[in-house]
Amino acid sequence: MSDSTQHYNFAYLDEQTKRMIRRAILKGLAVPGYQVPFASREMPMPYGWGTGGVQVSAACMVPDDVVKIIDQGADDTTNAVSIRKFFERTAQVATTEHTREATLIQTRHRIPEHPLVEGQILVYQVPIPEPLRFLEPSEVETRKMHALSEYGLMHVKLYEDISQNGEIATAYAYPALVNHRHVFDPSPIPKFDNPKLNHSPAIQLFGAGREQRIYAIPPYTTVKSLDFDDYPFVPGRANQVCELCGADNSYLDEVIVDDEGGRMFVCSDTDFCASRQGLQFSQFSVAPVERA
Amino acid sequence: MSSVPLFSVQSLSKNYGPQLGCAEVSFDLWPGEVLGIVGESGSGKSTLLKCAAGQLLPSSGQVVYNTKEYGQREIFEMAEAERRLLSRTDWAFVHQNPRDGLRLNVSAGGNVGERLMAIGGRHYGDLRSAAIDWLERVEINETRIDDRPSTFSGGMQQRLQIARNLVTNPRLIFMDEPTGGLDVSVQARLLDLLRSLVRELGLSAIIVTHDLAVVRLLADRLIVMKDGRVVETGLTDQVLDDPQHSYSQLLVSSVLMP
Repeated sequence: MSDSTQHYNFAYLDEQTKRMIRRAILKGLAVPGYQVPFASREMPMPYGWGTGGVQVSAACMVPDDVVKIIDQGADDTTNAVSIRKFFERTAQVATTEHTREATLIQTRHRIPEHPLVEGQILVYQVPIPEPLRFLEPSEVETRKMHALSEYGLMHVKLYEDISQNGEIATAYAYPALVNHRHVFDPSPIPKFDNPKLNHSPAIQLFGAGREQRIYAIPPYTTVKSLDFDDYPFVPGRANQVCELCGADNSYLDEVIVDDEGGRMFVCSDTDFCASRQGLQFSQFSVAPVERA
Repeated sequence: MSSVPLFSVQSLSKNYGPQLGCAEVSFDLWPGEVLGIVGESGSGKSTLLKCAAGQLLPSSGQVVYNTKEYGQREIFEMAEAERRLLSRTDWAFVHQNPRDGLRLNVSAGGNVGERLMAIGGRHYGDLRSAAIDWLERVEINETRIDDRPSTFSGGMQQRLQIARNLVTNPRLIFMDEPTGGLDVSVQARLLDLLRSLVRELGLSAIIVTHDLAVVRLLADRLIVMKDGRVVETGLTDQVLDDPQHSYSQLLVSSVLMP
């Protein structure tokens, strides 16, 4: 292969596909929160494992990138490990587990605790991009509702939450209004992370592979979580501190540690937790369960 | 009475390919008036109603509505956003089957509040009290506010649909066989309710039905349709008691008297 063709299949996707995806990303950035249809490709992993996120990441990736992959905040879960390996093999990019070192972060269901900075790209894996889907089954109708800014239905969902539970019980995939125009689904991140979407210095890209949609939030864009005047948005969090690092401001996972109902709360963001403990990542782990 | 009709249909026709839906229908509706459209199944009355309500694009003809802000407007010349806004604020549409007009997986309160939220209602307490108020007006017990309409009886569903539609204080209400599928005693209560609401709120209404008893009770004026064309118009009592056209005569004489 000559030099000019060596990068032809950099990062798995062919150049025509990347071009198509980049066009969708640019359109998404130009119309923040708008779901841009794109011709999602078959990826060497099942739907639901981040095919949309991987395609967006691959289309953005350059050889100098330092890539971080997280799944539910953790760098060491199956999904994160397999996608990290995928990019190590197909793009030979450097990978990291540290949020501040990364230039491209692909995430499933979390935004890192460490504040993002300009120049970073955060790619979300999205299962269902349409926030109105469970209220209005017709895609034709939901697209019309987006086009005409008819978002009353979204509040019907929040109304139902309050009437059934006394508060807005939606805890993840909490709908928000982007740039005062489009209501969007921030993917199943906990609502604790919603405030981080607002005026983020990083570029935020969302890829839904099965549903064939890409949407984006450019840096410093207003993202307002929907609520009622008398029931304002509250980012939720377990009222505990992390048992490993003692953080009282991070999002916590409740981990069952034995068969006797024992449980502990730990940071869901493993990099954040390990760096607070002053540990290298490899030293960080929850003790394995002893089986009877 | 004002000098412009609230709602006016001018030589409206709708073809489904070679099939005729309705042809050359014209009528005016004045504020506070209730117009009945009667005819047998397939006579084009539902097509006419859908075209008039802006849900179906007519093949030719005009539908003019006297809007609050801008006076008389042809509804198909409006932008779609404007037409949809009109149809969920100043208009109401009551379907024959309440399942078409309600969200069955959303509580009664949510159903009533949806239109308010669609026009910017963002205060839960206010939405809640509006829903309670309207449930009361359509004789649904306040304790059912958080129940889903799927647990309601047919008559209650129909009354809920009416509450959901009237919550934005519309001026014009379209009804497609509002009493269809209900038993006679429930029908009577619903008619009673509709009549009092229409009178109380000064609503204008267009009611499509094949049930002459319904129009006898509710309608001021009547249009009789057959094969997509208007065959007779007039005051309700006049048409029902002294039908001129042979089809109207047939229609009136077909009613069983108990």
